[in-house]
Amino acid sequence: MNAIVIAPIVFPLILGLITLTLWQNRKMQEIANVIGSAVMVLISILLMKMVLSDGILVTQAGNWPAPFGISIVADTFSAIMVVISSVMGLAIAIYSISSMKNGFVLSDMLQKRQQFGYYPLLNIMYMGINGAFLTGDLFNMYVWFEVLLISSFILLSLDGTKLQIEGTFKYVTINLLSSAFFLIGVGFLYSLTGTLNMADLAVKIPQVENQSMVTVISMFFLVSFGIKAAIFPLFFWLPSSYHTPPISISAIFAGMLTKVGVYSLIRVFTLIFITDVAYTHTIILWISALTMFVGVLGAASQYDMRRILSFHIISQIGYMIFGLALFTPLAIAGAVFYIMHHIIVKANLFLVAGLVKRVGGSYDIRKVGGLVNTYPFLAVMFLIPALSLAGIPPLSGFWSKFFVVKAALELQEYFLVFVALLVGLLTLYSMTKIWNEAFWKNNPEKIPAKELVAGLFSKQNIFMTIPIILLALITLSIGFNPEPFYQIADRAAHELMNPSIYINKVLGGAQ
Amino acid sequence: MEFLLAILIGGLFSAAIYMILRRSIIKLIIGLSFLAHAANLLIFTLGRVIRGKAPLIQEGSKHITETVADPLPQALILTAIVIGFGVTAFTIVLIQQVYQSVGVDDSDKLKASDQ
Repeated sequence: MNAIVIAPIVFPLILGLITLTLWQNRKMQEIANVIGSAVMVLISILLMKMVLSDGILVTQAGNWPAPFGISIVADTFSAIMVVISSVMGLAIAIYSISSMKNGFVLSDMLQKRQQFGYYPLLNIMYMGINGAFLTGDLFNMYVWFEVLLISSFILLSLDGTKLQIEGTFKYVTINLLSSAFFLIGVGFLYSLTGTLNMADLAVKIPQVENQSMVTVISMFFLVSFGIKAAIFPLFFWLPSSYHTPPISISAIFAGMLTKVGVYSLIRVFTLIFITDVAYTHTIILWISALTMFVGVLGAASQYDMRRILSFHIISQIGYMIFGLALFTPLAIAGAVFYIMHHIIVKANLFLVAGLVKRVGGSYDIRKVGGLVNTYPFLAVMFLIPALSLAGIPPLSGFWSKFFVVKAALELQEYFLVFVALLVGLLTLYSMTKIWNEAFWKNNPEKIPAKELVAGLFSKQNIFMTIPIILLALITLSIGFNPEPFYQIADRAAHELMNPSIYINKVLGGAQ
Repeated sequence: MEFLLAILIGGLFSAAIYMILRRSIIKLIIGLSFLAHAANLLIFTLGRVIRGKAPLIQEGSKHITETVADPLPQALILTAIVIGFGVTAFTIVLIQQVYQSVGVDDSDKLKASDQ
């Protein structure tokens, strides 16, 4: 047993239980959650270091040898995802201290509801997310999906307002459909191969006689994970639910949850379903182009900051799937790099939106204005992730788009390169729209009531500002020093493109 | 036996899809339960239905020599049923909340979060 591999799953559970026992005491919950999240960051960095020095780490649950028990596997890609999810966890933990209270944002009743379950549920959700990243067994992945889904259902509807209940209803319905598709796919795979261990599946799938059946099954997984990742045309649930919960929940959903779907897509379509790449990956390629384009067009018609950003999640998912569909080492490295950059930037934009609402009084960008005069620092903090999202050099978004587009150019997919670059331009347009409306134009009303206007570093806002600065610094460091991040992404891509490394470690390295 | 189960599963899937496409949110939830049951039965059938042969190794022998029932699909289904049960309990509470806030049992009226 290798304890470090299961620590990212077990630790959030422990933290969830600790915060649950402290649920009468809000202050203690906050302190425990921040300290716990910081420890979680250290654990995940330790895992990353060990994966980088020793290669893929495997632990077999209950010491059952590989194809029979459940394998927990940490390769470079999983380790990257775990590190990012724990960094996000820390940022959200700090942000929640300020954003979840103060009378003018939430009524007392809503605060009470949040006290009941916010922190425990958040941590259980991290457990599900990390479990999905680390598991080496397909059915086990289904279970982790359900763990994170059930916590996310409740987080989404925690306030019980009409908007939230409706958003949650749509989210729950589509996700139950997705789970059913997943189960059906798992059932068919089991009947074909008699195994659900992903490494073992990768060995047995090429030996299956009826390869057209394998392709059919792969489509079940494409639909199931595609719903979770919000690809075209399965994304409609996202913009109608992600803008309803409190902003800290929106941010973590926007950053992590769809990326669990992208992770699973990349995992199964680089490890298991690679027998008919010309067919399956071409489908994914066209889906990715449509996802990019439709997502960014959806954003153009919106005026609520959170809804604009929600549509941009869809468009950005397109780029990641694009990298997967091109299926060259450079493209996969680009997709992994894109995920690293995107989670940080997208969550940061949601956090900035929360702060804009706090100081400007609304999420609707038509109703706020003049923030560049009153809060110049906030304007800078918005510009860093916004320009990075649009792909302006030398910020992190430029490099991630650069790698993906370069891979596409090498394959001479000129039309898709054109779509990708056009979408980049349209992204810049929507970011400029937010900038013009919320920051640049004059305030349409008089400055909001006095108690609303507090400095960014005042006592009630300081904990919202710190994570924004933290995430902006990470964006800048990826942008100005992409080399180490690219090397890690490249290593992840190398492992993903050579499944034999993964298979040998899981099946051969029984401990 | 497989033939009967296949017909049952097909019937459940078509009933599920019919119910999901209805506008009533209660019927939608019933449809989703049907879908989950159909998926569970599908796994059960795909794991080969073998009757009266427990997967036990005979005394003195080291391997299973004859065809026996596969216990794994049943373990998978058991997990899926338990999870489905919890999710169904949640959705029932949720549709009660939806009904309270919207006032009608009609998914076409759930437009507030789309505007």
